Amino acid sequence: MKIVNLHRKLSGVLKLSLVLFFSFSLSLSAQAPTEEQAKAGKALFNMHCASCHKLNKKSTGPALAGVAERREMDWLKAWIKNNNKLRASGDADAKAIYEEYGGVAMSVFEFLSDKQIEDIIAYTTLGDAKKSATAVSDAHAVDVDSTPNEVLPKIATIVVVLVLLALGGYVFLKSNNGFLKIVSIIILVFVGVYFGFGALMDVGVDEGYQPVQPIAFSHKIHAGDNKIDCQYCHSSAKHSKTSGIPSVNVCMNCHKNISEVSEETVVHFENKTLTKADLDKEIQKVYDAAGWDADNLAYTGETKPVKWVRIHNLPDFAYFNHSQHVTVAGVKCQKCHGPVEEMEELYQYSPLTMGWCIDCHKETEVNIEGNGYYKKIHEQLSEKYGVEKVTIAQLGGKECGKCHY
Amino acid sequence: MASNRKYWKSVEELNENSSIVASLEENEFNEGQAPESFLGDKETLESSNTTRRDFLKYVGFTTAAASLAACEGPVVKSIPYVVKPEEVTPGIANYYASTIADGFDFANVLVKTKEGRPVFILPNKEAKGTTNARVNASVLSLYDSLRLKGPKVKGNTASWSDVNSKISSQLKALSEAGEKIVFLTGTLASPSTQALIAEFAAKYNNVSHVVYDAISESAALDAFEEVYGERALPNYKLEDAKTIVSIGADFLGDWQGGGFEAGYAAGRDVKAGKFSRHIQVESNYSLTGANADKRIVLKPSEQIYALINLYNEITGQRLASKKTPVDADIKKAALQLKKAGNKAVVVTGIQNKNAQLLALAINQALQSEILDTTNVKYVRGGNDAEVAKLVAELKTGKVGALITYNTNPVYTLTNAADFKAGLKKTKLTVGFSSKEDETLSEMQYALPTPSYLEAWGDVKITANQYSLTQPTIKPLFDTKQFQDCLLAWTDQSIAYYDYLAAFAKENALNGASWNQTLHDGFTTVAATALSAQEINVAEAAKALKSTVKTGAFELTLYSSVAIGDGQQANNPWLQELPDPLTRAAWDNYLLMSQADANELGFTNPVKDNGAINGQYAKITVNGVVIDNVPVLIQPGQAKGTLGLSYGYGKTKAMKEEMLVGVNAYAVNFSGALIAKVENAGGKHLFACEQLQHTIAGRHDILRETSLSEYQHGHAEEWNPRPEVSLKHEETDVTKVDLWDDHDRSIGHHFNLSIDLTSCTGCGSCVIACHAENNVPVVGKHEVRVGRDMHWLRIDRYYTSVGDLETDNKKVNSASSLDSAELYQKLETPETVNPQVAFQPVMCQHCNHAPCETVCPVAATSHGRQGQNQMAYNRCVGTRYCANNCPYRVRRFNWFKYNNNDEFDFNMNDDLGKMVLNPDVVVRSRGVMEKCSMCIQMTQATILEAKKEGRPVDVNEFSTACSSACATGSIQFGDINNPEDEVTALRKDKRAYRLLEFIGTDNNVVYQTKIRNTNEA
Repeated sequence: MKIVNLHRKLSGVLKLSLVLFFSFSLSLSAQAPTEEQAKAGKALFNMHCASCHKLNKKSTGPALAGVAERREMDWLKAWIKNNNKLRASGDADAKAIYEEYGGVAMSVFEFLSDKQIEDIIAYTTLGDAKKSATAVSDAHAVDVDSTPNEVLPKIATIVVVLVLLALGGYVFLKSNNGFLKIVSIIILVFVGVYFGFGALMDVGVDEGYQPVQPIAFSHKIHAGDNKIDCQYCHSSAKHSKTSGIPSVNVCMNCHKNISEVSEETVVHFENKTLTKADLDKEIQKVYDAAGWDADNLAYTGETKPVKWVRIHNLPDFAYFNHSQHVTVAGVKCQKCHGPVEEMEELYQYSPLTMGWCIDCHKETEVNIEGNGYYKKIHEQLSEKYGVEKVTIAQLGGKECGKCHY
Repeated sequence: MASNRKYWKSVEELNENSSIVASLEENEFNEGQAPESFLGDKETLESSNTTRRDFLKYVGFTTAAASLAACEGPVVKSIPYVVKPEEVTPGIANYYASTIADGFDFANVLVKTKEGRPVFILPNKEAKGTTNARVNASVLSLYDSLRLKGPKVKGNTASWSDVNSKISSQLKALSEAGEKIVFLTGTLASPSTQALIAEFAAKYNNVSHVVYDAISESAALDAFEEVYGERALPNYKLEDAKTIVSIGADFLGDWQGGGFEAGYAAGRDVKAGKFSRHIQVESNYSLTGANADKRIVLKPSEQIYALINLYNEITGQRLASKKTPVDADIKKAALQLKKAGNKAVVVTGIQNKNAQLLALAINQALQSEILDTTNVKYVRGGNDAEVAKLVAELKTGKVGALITYNTNPVYTLTNAADFKAGLKKTKLTVGFSSKEDETLSEMQYALPTPSYLEAWGDVKITANQYSLTQPTIKPLFDTKQFQDCLLAWTDQSIAYYDYLAAFAKENALNGASWNQTLHDGFTTVAATALSAQEINVAEAAKALKSTVKTGAFELTLYSSVAIGDGQQANNPWLQELPDPLTRAAWDNYLLMSQADANELGFTNPVKDNGAINGQYAKITVNGVVIDNVPVLIQPGQAKGTLGLSYGYGKTKAMKEEMLVGVNAYAVNFSGALIAKVENAGGKHLFACEQLQHTIAGRHDILRETSLSEYQHGHAEEWNPRPEVSLKHEETDVTKVDLWDDHDRSIGHHFNLSIDLTSCTGCGSCVIACHAENNVPVVGKHEVRVGRDMHWLRIDRYYTSVGDLETDNKKVNSASSLDSAELYQKLETPETVNPQVAFQPVMCQHCNHAPCETVCPVAATSHGRQGQNQMAYNRCVGTRYCANNCPYRVRRFNWFKYNNNDEFDFNMNDDLGKMVLNPDVVVRSRGVMEKCSMCIQMTQATILEAKKEGRPVDVNEFSTACSSACATGSIQFGDINNPEDEVTALRKDKRAYRLLEFIGTDNNVVYQTKIRNTNEA
């Protein structure tokens, strides 16, 4: 099902991009920009321009697709290199643009060579229509071979259960051997207690908990593909007991300029495959929350806080402090939260049980390098235990009252 | 020599034939109901329509349902800010310096806020601020769900703009017609508000401002004004005093606005080599009397003569007076005062201008340097004469407009009926208050003001300090500051904040920066000494003498430590705070001496579970009757006198459970109060914990000695080390151990030291502990049966005043060493004037804790840092630990105290829950809880140091109780740090530990109480 859906959506995208591609190529002028130029231009565009410009949409600055048709190349070069100078020279167009975008001056790019600017313009003319074709095959590849691994254990389980049922049926219905019956009952009781106990111990353990979130936020795109540091958004992790769910104004630091995803972006969320059309709507949800009017590039003041569903729920009686682990101990976020940078939809990676906490406290050696607090304590402790490094538990990290108060 | 003093908590203990005391000592839990009492009744069992089978079905079903329901966790939503304020990091506390000024309590405070919610009030120590129980509890009053939530006009809700424009136009019309416009306010002590009222008076005609204190200090203000020319109260530098004589002044309580305890304790610091001698003459047993070195019991009428006699003794004059039974003591006191010279001071609480003049004259005669007329106090400003005049004018309809603020005259005036009638004749009545109280519900306009935690303001508590109040939370309701309305009525379109900032820069800051002052909460300003006018003592004494009234009973009204003037009466923390002397909560009562009670037939029988009952009295003062006043017998109450506290009996904007006590303001007439008392019988149920939590008959838990013993005696004698027999040899108890000791030399080892000398028993720590640790309020009935949840209680012990030598003689004359006999010999119920000692007791954090060894599930265990830890989630509620605790400090959650309509206090409404400390869990039913030595605070301090990569600073650790203690009696720290204050205290020669001979090796240390018994 999943794959079929993906096919349909992707082929639609493919058709659309082909149409776009051809419509662009029709408008090629005399010095037609080449694919190669456009490729180099794209890299430059992403590095220098993308924070304020988009191809097909107004952002901090105007949309740049087809800008070569609207402006002379020389004017563009002059403007890009130093728009201030161009305005100072009394160029009417330059002034008009400046006024139109609220008097916000564009950065100066005098270091760009003419060739580089031409490449960038080539990219704005050609766009990046071709890319999506490869995306299809990529996405396809990911989902294909998951079946055999899942089916095999299932079949094995069914076989074992059937054999056991047959045995049980034989013992209790056909056989007259009393000893066998007693032994079977004892075995049944033990097995029942074993699995029952296991099941009860799992109550309240939410490993793998993956609730439905109000926004299809992909940690993979943010922390993985774009390598945004965890603590850029979860900034209180280093100061406070809570890591903090970022406030919407933190999202807007970037999303003020990123109002859409690239054509090939695909996210798997809640058993659905979301493509650009869906994902852009998700970004719109951020705008709704922040009260950002993407058309007029202004805040409306009408905010609507996002109601995230909390995944990591420690009970009230357990006190956990992020800053102790992040700032003092230097524990990587992934140690407890798992490969978040690979998760499209976030889930609880660790069991968050007390045993899990204690195990780590027993094994982990305290990172005392350069921390004035530990200096004396560590000297005394390593003397007492005769070890170079002490574990958290040796420092008292196993005491009840350290987490329960 | 070792003290043989015996201490008792209730008169019941002195009754030889009482079986109750023994049973209470033996049983930790006394409420147990024998199964036979309900199962034995066959008839009831059979008449029940629940059969055994049905019962089992219900049990089965509920168990199954509960287990199934537990399988699925709830979905928890997390809602981040849209735009996070820069200064807020969720999980990190912010502190703001501010100032409380509610007309009764004035203090420089630090407000701790979590995620934008104030959760804890600390004293601003840089500003020398101290906080009493009410100031600490004021944070909960902010979240009072019965606050007025928006402006009301004649009972209907209205909008502010509408209200302000209507009032403005009415005021203008009244002003043009030449009608009188009167402001009636409590003491403001706010220079900018006074300036605003002055601006108002300049704009409108015929404006006057009457200041009214419910508990008046008008006499002292009048006297000071006459002598020194300014309407203020003198300050007292008690830290330098050598001899303090107080005649009826409860200066460790709320006398003249209070706030003297820090100086008083600093003047009684044996380590600093000074120790004042304090003689207290009084009729009620006050907090000050409890701390005095010598307490002289005297009726109010005779206190007047005693004051004149004291003046005569000091100056050698012969002003007409009368003999009193205590003249010999007064003579001795006079000698001691003279000996102390200019380090002596006399204060009086007699509410009479001439008495106050006489006290000032005595201080002048002594050339007292303790009396401070430079840094005078502005915390009381009421003028009784003007208030009386205003009520008379109101009654005759001479007032056009009345605007009240920070005052509740309908509740507090004796002639409230006249006032109410007057309001009907007044064209415009506007009331500002945070509650729709007795007064506001009679007004045309009932306008809500924000709490001080939501408002701007400035306060001049004393002459040399200008303090600021700043909001620490966005206003919870549609409230407006009185000052903002004044600005609107004077057609100024600026906000009060801008007005205040401009005013402060121009008039008060004297070059200091606004931001710095706001950050610090105060700035120091120059104050000049006031020069004195001649006092006509002869005339004053003559006039004073003429006011003496005698009768069967002389009544003294007093402000209680918990409730004060009553404006926070709807605060459950304060209602549940036991009175330091009587140990009763949730009530006010008529205090009576044992002798008078015997005569009138009043008793306080003690029930099996330790609960105390009483009968009702009907008292009549000046023809005004108060019915149904429960009588509590108070040892040490002067015979022929009565005491009754203010602040109770409020009826408006109160939760049902808080509707307790009688309104003493009804008989708050000026001058001496002569009362007629009748026994009206009935049965009153007190919530009074005198016998609960007793320490199983071990009466030597309190140690005290005299100053001379301390200075000249041997510590082994007055503070002997407990010894036990080891292999038939007397060995120091610390050398013998049943347990293997842990090594605590590494890391931190926390100790708490409590100085019994400087503990005044004020209860500030109890409220601080409530606020920090989410201690639930359990209500009157639960307190009555001894199920209070206070993690920290302040035990009050009585002991007879015999000196140590007489005690020893009595002991030697005893026929046997039977402790019961000794006890009876030393303590008799007839004890007229027992001494009092306070002892705060919380979990002693034993290194060898008896509770830990008996817990079947290891829910309570010991930390290396010395804290006895309690894992609530592990506790199954066997209560073995409480049974095995020698100190009776463990508290059991008999019920679920949150989200439970049966306990309708702050944890049962969304607003009240905002005060909860998010770092401490709220305990559920069926688990044991107790003092954790604020482990959340020590852990936070350690984490802070770790994050900054530095060792913890000296004296950086604190607990809620130690930070709230105004006198520094409670000190907390790390004894592994040799520089920490507590390290020296632990080894001090005064140091001892509770019941040390049982070898529990406590981490709480007490410092022996010292009294200055030097009579010469």
